Amino acid sequence: MATLTLRRKLAILVDAAKYDASCASSGTEKRSSAGTGGIGSTEGSGICHSYAPDGRCISLLKILLTNFCVYDCVYCVNRSSSNVARARFSVEEVVKLTLDFYKRNYIEGLFLSSGVIRSPDYTMEELVRVARSLREEHQFAGYIHLKVIPNAAPELLVEAGRWADRLSTNIEMPTDIGLEALAPEKKPSEIRTAMANVRGKLDEAGPDKKARAKKPKFAPAGQSTQMIVGADAADDGAILNRAAGLYSGYKLRRVYYSAFSPIPDASARLPLKAPPLMREHRLYQADWLIRFYGFDVPEIVSGGEDGLLDLVIDPKLAWALKSRARFPVNVNRADREMLLRVPGLGTRSVERIIATRRHHSLRLDDVARIAGTIDKIRPFIEAVDWTPGGLTDDARLRARLVPPPEQLSLF
Amino acid sequence: MHVVRLLAPNDFAEWRGKARQLLAAGLSPGQVEWRMLGDAGGLLDDVDAMALPQADRPIGSVPRQFLDLAQQAICHADPARFAVLYDLLWALQSNNRLLEDAILSANSLLTKWASAVRRDSHKMKAFVRFKAIGDDSGLERYAAWFEPEHYTLEMTAPFFARRFDGMVWAIVTPYRSVYWDGDSLAFGPGGQRADVPQDDAVEDDWKTYFSSIFNPARLKVSMMKSEMPMKYWRNLPEAELIAPLIRGARQMADDMIERAASQPPSRHLRQQAREPETQDSLGDIATLADARAAIQGCQRCPLYEQATQAVFGEGPEQAAVMFVGEQPGDQEDLKGKPFVGPAGQVFDAAVAKVGIDRSSVYVTNAVKHFKFVPRGKRRIHQRPDGGEVQACKFWLNLEIGLVRPRIIVALGATAAQSLLGKAIKISALRGAPVSMADGTILFVTNHPSYLLRIPDAEGRARESAKFEADLMLVRQALDALSMRG
Repeated sequence: MATLTLRRKLAILVDAAKYDASCASSGTEKRSSAGTGGIGSTEGSGICHSYAPDGRCISLLKILLTNFCVYDCVYCVNRSSSNVARARFSVEEVVKLTLDFYKRNYIEGLFLSSGVIRSPDYTMEELVRVARSLREEHQFAGYIHLKVIPNAAPELLVEAGRWADRLSTNIEMPTDIGLEALAPEKKPSEIRTAMANVRGKLDEAGPDKKARAKKPKFAPAGQSTQMIVGADAADDGAILNRAAGLYSGYKLRRVYYSAFSPIPDASARLPLKAPPLMREHRLYQADWLIRFYGFDVPEIVSGGEDGLLDLVIDPKLAWALKSRARFPVNVNRADREMLLRVPGLGTRSVERIIATRRHHSLRLDDVARIAGTIDKIRPFIEAVDWTPGGLTDDARLRARLVPPPEQLSLF
Repeated sequence: MHVVRLLAPNDFAEWRGKARQLLAAGLSPGQVEWRMLGDAGGLLDDVDAMALPQADRPIGSVPRQFLDLAQQAICHADPARFAVLYDLLWALQSNNRLLEDAILSANSLLTKWASAVRRDSHKMKAFVRFKAIGDDSGLERYAAWFEPEHYTLEMTAPFFARRFDGMVWAIVTPYRSVYWDGDSLAFGPGGQRADVPQDDAVEDDWKTYFSSIFNPARLKVSMMKSEMPMKYWRNLPEAELIAPLIRGARQMADDMIERAASQPPSRHLRQQAREPETQDSLGDIATLADARAAIQGCQRCPLYEQATQAVFGEGPEQAAVMFVGEQPGDQEDLKGKPFVGPAGQVFDAAVAKVGIDRSSVYVTNAVKHFKFVPRGKRRIHQRPDGGEVQACKFWLNLEIGLVRPRIIVALGATAAQSLLGKAIKISALRGAPVSMADGTILFVTNHPSYLLRIPDAEGRARESAKFEADLMLVRQALDALSMRG
């Protein structure tokens, strides 16, 4: 077999990694290379160094160590029965690429995943070797995200967490039935056990009431997961229930929703059409409402129909339109929880409203200035000089708030 | 009208010194005109000739928030920034809580400027592209050309020093440049694009990365442009790829969709032949180990789908006594072991207190999967319903059949219901053994988690004593068994 050039390997192993949705480099400890002679720093929030034309940010060098894989997951471009070109990086090659890119300020760090080859332990050990080399041999202080291979030995997990900022184990499918159908060799309980193990290590490394000696660090940016949306029949209710269960069970920082996208050499069992990007977007909005706005899953799902979110309007507006008895909300008196439920008001706008109203009562214009927009908000609030009257309950309200149809882009 | 001239476009300390003088002299914003050195409208040599009226009226303190806001806003390119800052500083002298009012126009203007400056600084962190300049002295040297929209080089340079400690580098902008020698930052005059190298050997790899990470089926150009505005593109090596990638996207996506699955590669077929078909058959469970493996595939009720794993019982295979709880809790679910959470610790303590050897007993639960509802970052335990208890009885029967305990202790109503096949009240059955049809002796008592839920210490002590008394009966029954042999 002819040996591949490094650039050809890069093309193959980046292409193989592009379906993984997560790319964030945020939420870790503050670190810098100042005074070490090394390179790299992390400052809590990540930096997106570029954007691909698919609108997704490029923050990390996201690659696979190899796209050879013993598994045959139907949805995956790297499944063993697929005829895509295959390649494998050496540990040294990944380390060099990461450093070369980092030194030119192209990236925040490395997100390394891999097809499973030989055994889970062997594969995980290779991933860990890359991270260890970056940290120990090159004093690299940038961000590292490693994929957890379920069923790898606990010692490897501990070492992975020592070098990496974040660990992730993909749940893959929103339901166990879906996973069994599309990824016959993957066991849902093994995936969840891997996440539970990471959570256990995070708990051990976390702050303790009884202060003891300094504990070894473990994945300071926590863990995340990803599920594929639209490859099976699971509805949004099932997806959000799964997400809520994962957030509460494993202390996840993020659940990524990845609209199933057509892949080359795809199995006939998959929906071969453009990915449901709007559905993915609504799920992210709903996820946000669960984590920062105090909504629970049944409330959000109630905004749509038959377990699916409304694709035309955002989930908060959809919920408000179906919960009109709770509106209008008086911006000068309402508590924070209720203000957060007003369509068009975000957490920052709500904080500013609460701070400002200590000084004087708010008029509609004031709300517009704080929120930067008023059309969506107007029917749901009362202010000094404003009451929506019958507008809140108007049967045509939804039609008024629906965004106008857009000209499809031509290209 | 007093004209104040500033030397630097963004030096907060300089502005602050002047502003303090103006305040001390009691000059209102209407009496002051701010200019940059070299601005039209005055003579260059009147910089310091403008003697401010000497006075020392007391200067009120300003909130910390103002300093933060002003240090950022002063880096904005708007020529009015110095005057607006002084307006607000003046107003703060009579009411220093003004900043809380988001509607005040100076506030919202400065807030807007500060946020534009922060964004500009952030984009510099993101979009500076270093080019390598050889490394003759053994040190790697890099340089970058960047065109900020505001005066943000000085505030952003320390970030690069923290990040690229081990390199020697320079960033050149139109108004100023900065140089890091591995030790300290030095600022110099501005420059031109031609001052830094145009090419870099790694750039082609970077472009390969950029075009390969792009998924043509998900084109979202407006999103890209809002986060990576086109004004930055001319200095981003990857930007030249954007137009061709967009043009080819539709074709690439269609190709992916049309390329139907082909014949699997021979490697796949060899691999499949090697992998034995694994079968989770429930038919041939002969040992606890078999059962422990098989239960991970259990789908007898819907609880498996939210729980992490089935939590099977634990203890010696020939234990004389088996304790049956309700179901695993949060900790048990995560660790895959029964009775390791808070209730398990209460149980361990109570068992030890009455003198039962914990390691000699078998502990398990009536239901093997954790049932909960998610609430934020916690999972709230839910009591299993009759159907779930019934479905899981299969596994409990299997454990009882394999361990063959002489004594079974039901901890709580759910366990008792599972073992007796009907709902019962604990209070009606505790304190005396029940003889089961198969000859085992059944004791019924509370679940240890009940003790954890009693709020007052006195009640808890009373109930703990009752619980321990129940366990003492178990211990006595055990002793009697071992005497008989």
